[in-house]
Amino acid sequence: MRNVSMKPKAPHRRGFLSAALSFFALSLSACDRLSSEPRARSVLDAASSLSYRVQRLLLGAHRLAPEYGETDISPVFRANGSTDPQDDEYLDLADREFADWKLKVDGLVEHELSLSLDDLRALPARTQITRHDCVEGWSCIGKWTGVPLAEILSRAGVKSQARYVVFHCADTLNDGSLGDDPESIRYYESIDLADAAHPQTILAYEMNGKKLDIAHGAPLRLRLERQLGYKMAKYVMRIELVRSFAGLHGGKGGYWEDRGYEWYAGI
Amino acid sequence: MLAREMTPSPAVAPETRGLAQDEPVEARWLRRHSGLVRFTHWVNALCFIFLLMSGLQIFNAHPALYVGAQSEFEHPTISITAKRADHGIKGETMIFGHAIDTTGVLGVSTTGGQVTPRAFPSWSTIPSYQDLATGRLWHFFFAWMLVLNGLAYLVFGFASRHFRRDLLPSTAELRHIGADIVAHLRLRFPRGEAAKRYNVLQQLAYLAVVFVLFPLVVLTGLTMSPGIDTAVPQLLSLFGGRQTARLIHFLATCGLVTFVIVHLAMVLVSGVWNNIRSMVTGWYDLRTEPR
Repeated sequence: MRNVSMKPKAPHRRGFLSAALSFFALSLSACDRLSSEPRARSVLDAASSLSYRVQRLLLGAHRLAPEYGETDISPVFRANGSTDPQDDEYLDLADREFADWKLKVDGLVEHELSLSLDDLRALPARTQITRHDCVEGWSCIGKWTGVPLAEILSRAGVKSQARYVVFHCADTLNDGSLGDDPESIRYYESIDLADAAHPQTILAYEMNGKKLDIAHGAPLRLRLERQLGYKMAKYVMRIELVRSFAGLHGGKGGYWEDRGYEWYAGI
Repeated sequence: MLAREMTPSPAVAPETRGLAQDEPVEARWLRRHSGLVRFTHWVNALCFIFLLMSGLQIFNAHPALYVGAQSEFEHPTISITAKRADHGIKGETMIFGHAIDTTGVLGVSTTGGQVTPRAFPSWSTIPSYQDLATGRLWHFFFAWMLVLNGLAYLVFGFASRHFRRDLLPSTAELRHIGADIVAHLRLRFPRGEAAKRYNVLQQLAYLAVVFVLFPLVVLTGLTMSPGIDTAVPQLLSLFGGRQTARLIHFLATCGLVTFVIVHLAMVLVSGVWNNIRSMVTGWYDLRTEPR
């Protein structure tokens, strides 16, 4: 009896279920297609510029990212991205413990600079224990000592046309997505002048009280505590002041930005 | 805007045409949901699907959750990983120290005919392939939409007294909760007069979703932002650190998914077309026997 009364319904229900599943599968592949469609991406990206503007408003110029105590320092601080650059120029510098390394500061500045590690150590320093947040989701806490970027920029004199600070790095990192062109696989990053002037934005040469090691960016790396880890360029060789980063590498202002990540990584 | 009975309009109740306005009519049609509730409900549903699936994409980039400010990589509270097994690889989900073999769905699943190490399977993520950057684009776009939509709903809910009138259970209703639970388990749902109001289990479930789970998921989401942590460091103390916030974000999402499953099941068994019609057009048929 029961079977008889159920019979006409069963195919109908199965039909509905398979229609729902096909609809779901179609919607998913539509999302995949939209994901690589530049116009759809720029619509989605509108949310990221909204986040940037709102966070800038909330943060103000000088609010400090939370700082932690000595006991909070992570026993193991994960190193990500390049951890052992094999570029010839870098290997030569590392061989001599970066004695010949010089940080170049150029672009839209009044005076170009060329600073050795000793020069940097002679400048005012800041030490901070902060949380490093990776875009992947994990966090580690470390102690960083270095020279505030503002100290360097004030010595170089930033021209009024300058809007961004670009960090050119020694490492090439090839994730295979943009081909092998040396231009496209060299790490770089950029930040705006508000972040450049922030007191916690430092170029660190020490980590956890020791000389910065190669895995974490020796001899010099950026700390940008109000944004995610990929902004904090390691193996910094040259700082360039620019009006726009459109002409650099992929034009999006950073290695990962050229691969689809947001330029503003405060979220 | 529950329980506002209307004189049936000709369009929806043709059989009552010709009756004088003041003649007593047993009202059949109830305008159950106001326009704003209906609109925000569907926008919220859309946002939730996109946030859930892009969120699983983001989770897959580092499929482990921790307690505290930082990640103790060796001791995750929850993790979904691929492990070497006798024959190839197996998916293993660790929850509070207990390992569960979840091969096929979590940890290891089949993508385009290939057995792939992947925390959440490709059919559950946006995009379906591994792409953290794009997952984040989708996630933050719909996060903004969810927040703006939610704020509109909250302002309306308080201003129109929707929360107080429709969602807040009376003490009498709360006293009957036992009987309501039994009736629900027997799949007997209120009809007629009693169907005009949300029952107490509905009220409590909706209150929990509106005032606990969604605020929790939004606030813990914000706590993961280093920018927001600088502007509002109190969030870190409130949730016990960024990694705990990430864990709570995940657990609150599990709570919301559970709600959605029960919600959809209840919609199905308590008169599916009547329920859907009332959430689309606003009109609920009081005479329809729940099926």
